[in-house]
Amino acid sequence: MHSNPGLRRLLTHRSARWALATIAVLVVAAIVGPWLISYGGAEQLDIVRLKNTPPSWSHWFGTDQYSRDVLSRVLSGARISLAVASLSVLFAITIGTTYGLVAGYVGGAIDGAMMRVLDGALSIPRVLLLLAVLGLWHPVPLSGLILLLGGTGWFALSRLVRAETMTARRLEYIGAAEALGASGRRILFRHLLPNVAGPIIVSATLSVGNVIALEAGLSYLGIGAQPPTPSWGSIFLDGVDFYAGNWWVVLFPGLAIVATVLAFNVLGDALRDALDPRQLHSHRVPSGPSATSTSVNELLKNG
Amino acid sequence: MRRTLAARLLQSVVVVFIVTTITFFVVRLAPGDPFSYDSTAITPAVRAHWRAQFGYDQPLGVQYVKYLASVAHGQFGYSFERHEPVVAALRETLPNTLLLAGLALGASFLLGVVVGVVQATHRGRWFDRVSSGLLLTLYSLPDFWGALMMLLLFSYWWRLLPAGGAVDPVMHDYLPAGRALLDRISHLVLPATSLTLLTTAAVARYQRSAMLDALPADYVRTARAKGVPERGVVWCHALRTALTPMVVLLGLLLPALLGGTVFVEKVFSWPGIGYLAVSAINARDYDVVTATVVVGSVLVVIGNLLADLLHAAIDPRLRA
Repeated sequence: MHSNPGLRRLLTHRSARWALATIAVLVVAAIVGPWLISYGGAEQLDIVRLKNTPPSWSHWFGTDQYSRDVLSRVLSGARISLAVASLSVLFAITIGTTYGLVAGYVGGAIDGAMMRVLDGALSIPRVLLLLAVLGLWHPVPLSGLILLLGGTGWFALSRLVRAETMTARRLEYIGAAEALGASGRRILFRHLLPNVAGPIIVSATLSVGNVIALEAGLSYLGIGAQPPTPSWGSIFLDGVDFYAGNWWVVLFPGLAIVATVLAFNVLGDALRDALDPRQLHSHRVPSGPSATSTSVNELLKNG
Repeated sequence: MRRTLAARLLQSVVVVFIVTTITFFVVRLAPGDPFSYDSTAITPAVRAHWRAQFGYDQPLGVQYVKYLASVAHGQFGYSFERHEPVVAALRETLPNTLLLAGLALGASFLLGVVVGVVQATHRGRWFDRVSSGLLLTLYSLPDFWGALMMLLLFSYWWRLLPAGGAVDPVMHDYLPAGRALLDRISHLVLPATSLTLLTTAAVARYQRSAMLDALPADYVRTARAKGVPERGVVWCHALRTALTPMVVLLGLLLPALLGGTVFVEKVFSWPGIGYLAVSAINARDYDVVTATVVVGSVLVVIGNLLADLLHAAIDPRLRA
């Protein structure tokens, strides 16, 4: 395991270890959480005595206006939020990688046309379009939400993959593979893909965080994961009553989201340092904030 | 250059056309229509009459052609929720969005560039570490939650600023001009600050790495060697090059900014097109929903065009 220099560098990265630990805790909490807690996420406990109670020993995150335990809701929401985000990112990188690889490898007029399509797709106001689709086709099942988030999230990645592919295809070993008579598909997925995998992994990691935040936002607008399916955003949707002053319902689930998104962003940065081929042969362990270039594509939060 | 510009313009028109088409069908194919809301007071005959009156009973292809024709005439249909033409609703809300997003964009670029440059010149030192961590945390805040926290902090706990809307709903019309302006500004502060903070992180991160790429260049060393003070080297020589990629970022940041605006407008009930879109969704106000997506894509496309022009203007390598 430690023979992989990228992985070794990642594990010596202090903030990366913190991020990995956070994500591991979250994944475990998402899996076993519902068995650890004594209340169901959607269970209304006692609408008379436990409505809007502040954090206490029996309800660490307090209760919402329907007397539901907020900690239980956060734990049961983790499962949906993490699953939706990772599945939609998986979907997005599958399309984006294939599209970018083909465009970058084939080149010429086909590449030009594919890039024009991409330019157009990048000007779609993603949030407004998702709002229209999810809002009017209400209620959209979870699978539909995953496909929509993934289907609108691959444009920037595929531009990145194309650029990397164009650089990689000029390398000698690709010429050698072509000379040996390898098929186009074999060259794409067997020879080029491993070479461009680094930026894809970085971009995917950063996207998971972004999609978690986006899904939470859509659920806050009432159009993400539909009740009774709990996701982190839907906690805000029907538990917050500012006039009753139950700030804990806003604060704690939000902190859970921020910690998760931050962990994925830190991990993505660390991965960029660790996987950067320019640093493969240096013995310097990257420390502190990332020194290498930040790709514009990774900055597109709701883009 | 002129030919590229013409090609870009044509491409922009095509993009807006395609977005319009996709949105139109996504909206019209959705189950139900603006007249299908629950009400026992409305008989099926009345609903059918309305459908016929507004053309919702015609085949989808016919509706599409009619819609395109009306868009070509500068009309976007009728808002059943607001009882006015969609154009009137846009005229009312679009300036608010442009004000909010424009302010946030300007402020976050200013702030982001300054922070990014200072970070790059103090790379690895405490300011770089602390501000990078802080900005990454801000960047990780979901837009709606960041806005909710600002609302909670400055409007609920510390009753410093109004919680929502663009002006005081009761008093604004009765205030003298000076106080009315103050009322406007006080309503703008929270949404604009939220949106700025949420956008600055991306700008600063990008500016930092652009600056780190620029600082080791030969001309920077030359400037130092001929005795230019360090401040001049950083803020004039190096920054000039490091600003070029920022123009590219400007174009690419726009869809994200627009998305953030939707959430911030919703949280602060800021009457812009994002707020309009959200309330139109709930009322199944089809033409308004379609129009907000189309207008959003027009904004992004125009922004991208401007960014390209700006890029060509400041980067001599692109003037072919």
